[in-house]
Amino acid sequence: MSKIGVFICHCGENISATVDVVKVAEEAGKLEGVAFSTDYKYMCSDPGQTIIKQMIKEKGLTGVVVAACSPRMHEPTFRKACSEAGLNPYMCEMSNLREHCSWVHDKSDATTQKAIDLVRTLVEKVKYNKPLHNIKVPVTKTALVIGGGIAGIQASLDIANAGHQVVLIEKDPSIGGHMSQLSETFPTLDCSQCILTPRMVEVAQHPNITLLTYAELEKLEGFIGNFKATIRKKAKSIDEKLCTGCGLCTTKCPTKKIPSEFNTGLGFRPAIYVPFPQAVPNKPVIDKLNCQYYLKGKCKVCEKVCPTGAIRFDQEDELVEMEVGAVVAATGFNVMEPSGFPEYGYGKYKDVITGLQFERLASASGPTLGEIRRPSDGAIPKKIVFIACAGSRDPAKGIPYCSKICCMYTAKHAMLYQHKVHGGESYIFYMDIRAGGKNYEEFTRRAIVDDEVNYIRGRVSKVYEENGKLIVKGVDTLLNAKPVEIEADMVVLASAAVANPGSEELAQRMHISYDAYNFFSEAHPKLKPVETNTAGIFLAGACQAPKDIPETVSQASGAAAKVAILFSQNELSREPVVAVVNRSPAPLYSTCVGCFMCATACPYQAIGEELITDRKGNVIKRVAKVNPGLCQGCGTCVAFCRSKSIDIDGYSNEQMYSEVMALLNAE
Amino acid sequence: MIMNEFEPKIVAFVCNWCTYAGADLTGTSRIKYAQNVKIIRFPCTGRIDFMLLLKAFGEGADGIIVSGCHPNDCHYTSGNFHARRRWIMFRGLLDLLGIDVRRIQYSWVSAAEGAKWADIVNTTVTAIRELGPYTDYAKVAGYLEKEAKV
Repeated sequence: MSKIGVFICHCGENISATVDVVKVAEEAGKLEGVAFSTDYKYMCSDPGQTIIKQMIKEKGLTGVVVAACSPRMHEPTFRKACSEAGLNPYMCEMSNLREHCSWVHDKSDATTQKAIDLVRTLVEKVKYNKPLHNIKVPVTKTALVIGGGIAGIQASLDIANAGHQVVLIEKDPSIGGHMSQLSETFPTLDCSQCILTPRMVEVAQHPNITLLTYAELEKLEGFIGNFKATIRKKAKSIDEKLCTGCGLCTTKCPTKKIPSEFNTGLGFRPAIYVPFPQAVPNKPVIDKLNCQYYLKGKCKVCEKVCPTGAIRFDQEDELVEMEVGAVVAATGFNVMEPSGFPEYGYGKYKDVITGLQFERLASASGPTLGEIRRPSDGAIPKKIVFIACAGSRDPAKGIPYCSKICCMYTAKHAMLYQHKVHGGESYIFYMDIRAGGKNYEEFTRRAIVDDEVNYIRGRVSKVYEENGKLIVKGVDTLLNAKPVEIEADMVVLASAAVANPGSEELAQRMHISYDAYNFFSEAHPKLKPVETNTAGIFLAGACQAPKDIPETVSQASGAAAKVAILFSQNELSREPVVAVVNRSPAPLYSTCVGCFMCATACPYQAIGEELITDRKGNVIKRVAKVNPGLCQGCGTCVAFCRSKSIDIDGYSNEQMYSEVMALLNAE
Repeated sequence: MIMNEFEPKIVAFVCNWCTYAGADLTGTSRIKYAQNVKIIRFPCTGRIDFMLLLKAFGEGADGIIVSGCHPNDCHYTSGNFHARRRWIMFRGLLDLLGIDVRRIQYSWVSAAEGAKWADIVNTTVTAIRELGPYTDYAKVAGYLEKEAKV
């Protein structure tokens, strides 16, 4: 027999002004199984909680219903109070008399009657509540960071410096990401490599960081604190332990004319290569798709010249399994190929390049050693045109969103050009200048005022070649909107930032959600910007949305802090609202028939199978089994189950049916 | 209010994360709505077994609201999609059985849509009031029970 205590809160006057709380308490007292009921001005206050605690002890209450505000507000408060009085916290339920009753209705008998109905409903539910205990799961204090750009580097260093182990994987032969390709950074014009490379080296030397380059995530299983990651270490065709990074092989390789990815196709690299001189690790890999030996079966020049005998042509991809407690996705972004815009002539004219290519031209480590030269003939352009929003904010042909970084880098490009080519003329066609950020507006002003960059507000309709010049036809929409024609030597397109190819598959592999543009989705746009919907997986940098370096670094540190918080505990404790498959005595064992409809419905892969065997080990029955560590308690499986064999603690069938019945049956 | 006017009994089956929070917002915004609708909280619309809806009708409900997160906003990624699919299947089946599907209002209300919740409640109450008490359900249920026994 239940002994339930009902506690009605006045909430000052918030509830008592429209609901006759004394009558509600009186009516509640008459309900079957209710041992005590009362009302009080502020139930959540210390004296209010004391009443609950006293009554639990005095009357030996088996359940508590607090009729007050929304459970989303004070459920933890009252559950804690019950727990302190020795009652299992999950024997306490709240009836929402404020948000769902007194605040939305005028004072009337009907309002009081509704309050009574709501209280009765929860009293009936509590009768079927059972004591639950928070689920404890251990935490593996190793983080997996995916992506070795500035986001991954920052997150790895922060987590490692907090004293935890980090495995950093990078799909390319070197870490560094897009930031290592940049010439200088806005708004300070710091040299990108100068600020980045020390951190890359720190990653390689950090005792807590295991760096795996040329490696990708193959599979991720498990749940928060207890993931199992399978990493594919792609064959580098060298023995890293023997290789000293002398670079002899890269100079002797006969296949030299492969467009360099690092230099965005503006330079060449051999088939055995280090992406760039400052690469970390500074050891080469063999590009199997271009190597003569892999293509034609003979060459092996690198093997002959290698002083330490480190070349391994027979090396194969290796799959490594590891246990990790948290994952940080920091896979970055990609630059959209502007070939979808034939009017700009990209791909047709050599001197129409993307912003990232311009970065390489302006970089001291780039193919022209930092001199701005046209790719076609190496001449220094006297007139240069930058086209902003080449793809961004263009729902018809490009992407509808703003790529966020282009306004600033285009201003920077024009500024760098003016600094490097004295007497040169630069023009920027733009839609709006979006310079939100510390010192950003001042930076674009400097470009306009000090460096005399010509900003033209309008779009470009066509770029074509005539007498060795690129004719840019556009429009100036300010003042007396008029057509503009510029005879330029070079055109730079601020092409849009898009999600990495393969990010969709990666998101599916990690079981995290992604948006319509394949950027990874955060758990909440305002309040959970670094978490994903999958507990234990965090986001850093441009894999979530285009963002600049300071923002990326902030988010990476945020993700690292979240990982450190997770790792600060030895065990995780979470609400025990999880699904359970019933078990019964032999010969039935369970009413589950093993159809696994529940497993197809589960968004968390929390349902596996269990084999019930006899003493000899013969399988008697195959039934579903819920992994409480993975289950998040949505209950979709419960509604799916045809044999009603799976139920969810806290929202069980008994509880929900009794609520429905109680709600509709006033005595 | 005319005293002898029919006051329908309506049960709202809502998810904890969107509509329950949305209804909380209706309260904090002090938007008024009819007393006829009473809310039962579920973790997710995916949890709502539609047999519960039949139970509600069986216990005398005149109307039902099912509401959860908008598509793609589910706290549990896809529970609301399962609920939607289930509703599409179930609606046809109910119709076939002779149950009045106009009495079930299926909608999405996010945690930010307090005014929308009040609106849904009021329009549903008006609609059900026009339809009158759901006395036919007992007939349908009785018939079905008889059929089942045969």
